[in-house]
Amino acid sequence: MAYVVTDSCRGCRFTECVTVCPVECFHVDDTMTYIDPENCIDCGGCVPVCPVNAIEPDYRLAADKKFWIDVNRKRAAETPVLTARLPPLPGADARRQELGR
Amino acid sequence: MMGSALDRADAGGFRIAVVGSGPSGFYATEALLRSGTPLAVDMFERLPVPYGLVRFGVAPDHPKLKLVTAAFDRIATTPGFRFIGGVSVGRDVAVDELRESYDAVVLATGADVSRSLGVPGENLPGSHHAGDFVAWYNGHPDYCDCDFDLDCEAATVIGHGNVALDVARILAKTADELRRTDIARHALEVLAESRIREIHVVGRGKPSQAKFTAKELRDFLDLGACETTVDPRDVAPDDFTPENPQDPELAEKLSLLRAFSQQVSTKRRRCVFRFGLSPVAIRGQGRVQTIAFAQQPSRAIGDIDCGLVFRSVGRRTTPLAGVPYNEHQGVHANIEGRVVEGASVISGLYVCGWSKRGPSGTIGTNRGCGMATAEAVLADLPARTGRRSGDPDALLARLRPRVARMVSYRDWVAIDAAEKHRGALLGKPREKFVSVADMLAATDV
Repeated sequence: MAYVVTDSCRGCRFTECVTVCPVECFHVDDTMTYIDPENCIDCGGCVPVCPVNAIEPDYRLAADKKFWIDVNRKRAAETPVLTARLPPLPGADARRQELGR
Repeated sequence: MMGSALDRADAGGFRIAVVGSGPSGFYATEALLRSGTPLAVDMFERLPVPYGLVRFGVAPDHPKLKLVTAAFDRIATTPGFRFIGGVSVGRDVAVDELRESYDAVVLATGADVSRSLGVPGENLPGSHHAGDFVAWYNGHPDYCDCDFDLDCEAATVIGHGNVALDVARILAKTADELRRTDIARHALEVLAESRIREIHVVGRGKPSQAKFTAKELRDFLDLGACETTVDPRDVAPDDFTPENPQDPELAEKLSLLRAFSQQVSTKRRRCVFRFGLSPVAIRGQGRVQTIAFAQQPSRAIGDIDCGLVFRSVGRRTTPLAGVPYNEHQGVHANIEGRVVEGASVISGLYVCGWSKRGPSGTIGTNRGCGMATAEAVLADLPARTGRRSGDPDALLARLRPRVARMVSYRDWVAIDAAEKHRGALLGKPREKFVSVADMLAATDV
């Protein structure tokens, strides 16, 4: 298994996850972060720190979100590793409130 | 290799001592060395081997988590880093001596004292701290001579955290399920002879209040010889309905427990989760025989008969001479990583990880925690310029005659290779050395 970043991250990109990842397996592009499933050690540390609950273990994803497994694998291979927190994207806090978190 | 052949430190810049080589110590080190500030880090470790609870806490059947050591090894190869193993801060060298010679001292000493239940009989033979059992099966040199007598039919684990689940799962697995892990050989031999058929996992709270994670609970789905159940007397049907359905972690945990509660027992062993039970006494003639629980107005709570008890109700940090202690939290007294005496900061003394905030979170939580402490250190360093009176290398020269052997990271690499070689012969990822003497002997090749 591995953990997977899903759609809630899009447009927020809080990147709290990056701070707690013990193996630096988060990658990033302009819209969101991705987990490299080859390097993730399944510690689960990123799940509770995500302000918008965007991260889930792969087996727990709803059927209509399973495709994020492949998206994470593919995009992690194409994007750089993020080693330190970034400022959240503009509008991230508004989005968090919209999601009721 | 001679013990004196430590990796050379960069002589310029600030000198920082990190005490402890578990996750938080490594992550504080990483943040310090990446800061761009000219500095060097000496990491002190009591044992000849690094990684703290990743080596001695993470269960042998969780090998994926142990891959984090690759990150620690990367940090250890950063220029400016030295590992100084085999030196016990507090015994071989005082914290105050370190403070004289380093610009900053970061304590990352963990939480290695198990808390007591505070009930009569908890020290009867057969009643153990869960943490001692974990250290024993993981081959910690201080615990490898512990005697765990598994010649009884029932064991009770008190506590609903992840350590309690580790202990229950190791007791529930067969020797064949553990044989190809890095479990210490002495533990495998004792577990192979275990007569335990029933494991009670007892907690005070309701299912929704259990602290263990869904991920740890899932491990109980695929045990070869053990069925997992929930005692029906302890739960009402709506105990499995999450109050907050938005919380997928809680929802999964409760749905697993619900599934366990409907399980029919067919396997040789049985692991029974119990809820709402507060132990009041452990009783027995010469050794543990029963545990008694607080009675409830709604129902009578029967005793649990068992020959073994593992208490898993939290841990605290060992106090160190020269470091104020927060008795209430069981950590070195600190405000956001700066050690304090009352309200005043002790300059140049810091803390991170479990010895800063208590035993909670995963390995990665300690990365954020170590980074936060490193930021405090870096913010204070300019004001520390020229304040130390001693020199770290002179201190190490004074220390050398006080210890059996100072162990470098290169020495650890030799120990690591020897352990992996021993393991390969047995079909295991590693067979740990369980005595300091054997660890040191492996550095001589």
